[in-house]
Amino acid sequence: MCKKTDVIIAGVGQIPVDEIWEISLRSMATKAMRAAIEDADHLKPQALYVGNMLASTLSRQAHLGTLLADYSGLAGIEAETLEAGGASGGAALRQGYLAVASGLVDVALVVGVEKFTDTIGPEVESALATLADADNESIHGMTSIAQAALLARRYLYEYQLPTDGLGGFPLIAHANGMGNQNALYRNAITPDDYQRADPVCDPLKLFDVAPFADGAAALILTRRELLPKGYHYPAIHVAASTIASDTLSLADRADPLWFTAAQTSVEQAYLKAGINSQQVDLFEYHDAFSIFAALSLEAAGFASRGTSWKLAADGSIALTGQVPCATMGGLQARGNPGGATGIYQAVEATLQLRGQAGTNQIADAKIALIQSLGGPASVAVTHILAREE
Amino acid sequence: MEIARHWRLKEQRYNLVGSICPKCKRRYFPPREVCPKCGCDINTPFRFSGRGEVYSFTTIYEAPSGFDDSGPYSVALVKLEEGPLVTAQLTDLGEAKPEIGMPVEMVTRRLRSDGDERGMLIYGYKFRPMLKA
Amino acid sequence: MTENNTLLKPSRPVGIVGYGAYVPRYRLPAREVARIWTGGRTAGLPIKEKAVPGQDEDVISMSIEAARNAMKRAGIESSEVRAVWTGSESHPYAVKPTSTIIAEAIGAAPHVQAADLEFACKAGTEAIVMAMGLVGSNMAHYAVAIGMDTAQGKPGDALEYTAAAGGAAFVIGPADESLAVINASYSYVTDTPDFWRREYQRYPEHGNRFTGEPAYFKHIISAGKIMLEALGTTPGDYQWAVFHQPNTKFPQRAASLLGFAPAQIAPGLLSPVIGNTYAGAAIIGLTAILDGASPGDRILMVSFGSGAGSDAFDITVTDKLMDRRDRAPKTQEYISRRTEIDYATYTRLRGKIVMK
Repeated sequence: MCKKTDVIIAGVGQIPVDEIWEISLRSMATKAMRAAIEDADHLKPQALYVGNMLASTLSRQAHLGTLLADYSGLAGIEAETLEAGGASGGAALRQGYLAVASGLVDVALVVGVEKFTDTIGPEVESALATLADADNESIHGMTSIAQAALLARRYLYEYQLPTDGLGGFPLIAHANGMGNQNALYRNAITPDDYQRADPVCDPLKLFDVAPFADGAAALILTRRELLPKGYHYPAIHVAASTIASDTLSLADRADPLWFTAAQTSVEQAYLKAGINSQQVDLFEYHDAFSIFAALSLEAAGFASRGTSWKLAADGSIALTGQVPCATMGGLQARGNPGGATGIYQAVEATLQLRGQAGTNQIADAKIALIQSLGGPASVAVTHILAREE
Repeated sequence: MEIARHWRLKEQRYNLVGSICPKCKRRYFPPREVCPKCGCDINTPFRFSGRGEVYSFTTIYEAPSGFDDSGPYSVALVKLEEGPLVTAQLTDLGEAKPEIGMPVEMVTRRLRSDGDERGMLIYGYKFRPMLKA
Repeated sequence: MTENNTLLKPSRPVGIVGYGAYVPRYRLPAREVARIWTGGRTAGLPIKEKAVPGQDEDVISMSIEAARNAMKRAGIESSEVRAVWTGSESHPYAVKPTSTIIAEAIGAAPHVQAADLEFACKAGTEAIVMAMGLVGSNMAHYAVAIGMDTAQGKPGDALEYTAAAGGAAFVIGPADESLAVINASYSYVTDTPDFWRREYQRYPEHGNRFTGEPAYFKHIISAGKIMLEALGTTPGDYQWAVFHQPNTKFPQRAASLLGFAPAQIAPGLLSPVIGNTYAGAAIIGLTAILDGASPGDRILMVSFGSGAGSDAFDITVTDKLMDRRDRAPKTQEYISRRTEIDYATYTRLRGKIVMK
């Protein structure tokens, strides 16, 4: 089956994704970090890796590694921040994986945190625009939503989709969000809701765009032999960890409608884990926009070019389908907490593999594929998590 | 005040000057120093004609700061006749709705001011429907 | 001033090697201004409609396009342009010349002279006279002269009906390379306070009826008469004439007073459909004339700038016009490119809405 590695996700923690006015960034992260440590039977981390993309702009606060180690009572340990746009959380997980797999760190604490609500107004859009190409995209007033809209329009044009063709993705995401207590949105939507929603950035409408929100989630990673005595969860290991990059600017893509970085990183992950797409029991993709869900499915080999929208339309990616996606709501319903996203994906996948996903449980889930993206797959971070037999 | 960054970019912004790889002859906009295809050093400028067609477009209503007074505006990926795609706003559409495939030409317009009414003015390329067929 | 040196003639003959116009696409009908300010009174509107610049346009962006058009027609290397001079009363910067940015945008920098001019509506023809001097004295082979404006009218004021955006650019060079030779120029300037704007004021002041006889007519007629007398020509020697055109009636009356027929000024009379483009006004009329002229046609152009003064030019078209004319959009193509807007859109585009 899946190749075994030594790196175990021993503990997970998360706070509900929301517009969190009352709690500060450092406090949000600390809650998630302490929850993960407790979940790992109080394993003590030697290193902290923080996934965050915009705190230095939105909260005027850089240096998060030091700040969060200090504030959570871990002052003195190795601490740093990883940034890879929306994939910052995934990048932090990768760093934790590398540290523990190498043997140089025994217990790594990985936290993803993002706080959009510390800044209000157009400054938030311009902060997000720093994640695109400043000299060649942002100077023209490009936004992250506009990038997705450009792709969606071309995709609809080239593959002749019906106008609501991408609607299947948010429909399933919102249905799944109902069963996730930590999700931002916990109500289903109907096809009519999708059709009649307000336009945001044509052709994208309200439900094509995952809502940015605040969040914090954390993981404890360690090696199998270091798990505490009497550790009671099934051991969930990181079977593969890969990152691939593409051009930053969408205009520089050789093939704009193909997420090359996502494909490369997934294929490398399959190779490392010794599996193929057929063996994946669930896929937490980076559905920051419905078009990203479509392109991610195609890059990961679940559908051929221009056809992935049908997997959403016919329920193949629903909880009961062949390849369940966004099982806890995805970015669309759980919310898009920026740099924390990759860690939320890992937490949710771990809960699925442990059998702790409640009403959203995928029966006998053994192998989870999780992927977070920076920009329109300008960078793709893929992990395969697996439950040991 | 971001004076130096915008000053460095004026040539490519005013005149659509990119670069061409001396080895494989691929043309790039914006200009590059290393050819992504063959890895060669690139030092040769290439001036694009400014003619192209719309590859994709959208309209932005929630604009970032600096653009929030000029919305709504359209951004597009324009396929230049020499090959590369370029990100730019569409302008002077009048009553015409943008369409994929619409022939467009480069014009130099004010992109924004650097900061508020006291800041430097930043000019650069936008694309409009062709004036002369 | 003796009879021999009345006219401003350079030591080597010069002319227009290339020309180009620009008019933005938006149009505000005069009846819209009337709708807001006079309860919709349409009697006696000074023009039909005026050109309004788009959100991303200003004298710099418009001059770049006109200059590029002129360069296309001229067919010369950018590096050979040794001066760029832009006249306007709406330069985007009060300090930092429009002309430096034009020079970069047309590839003339850095071996180039550049400066901005102001003389109300004759700042563009000023630039032409200066370019004639530079080229005619053999200091340089080519100079670019531009007149362009995005004039602002005070809301509710009479001038708001007509204050418009547009203008033209000229590559001035040796006569034997020109599509139209400038035989002579003459300037008539006095200290006349018909219209002005104090520093830091947003809108100009104008002297109402004082802007007529003592200002516009005095200077245009004087310049025209003195020029024709010094040349020994009469209106019948010219196929075309163009005068500063702040509205429809003034240039028609100036033509009549000088002895020109309505047919002679017809192709250059653009203000009824684009408004008063201030420093661009007389010269954009010249571009429209050139768009349809024949080799051998003789043209009289007399500008007027408040403050006050007139520049007069005696021009003869050569056969080089035929080859070069179609290399860039004709002025009429810009004029026909038209999107009508209402007064609300106009106030937004012109920055008249108080945002803070």
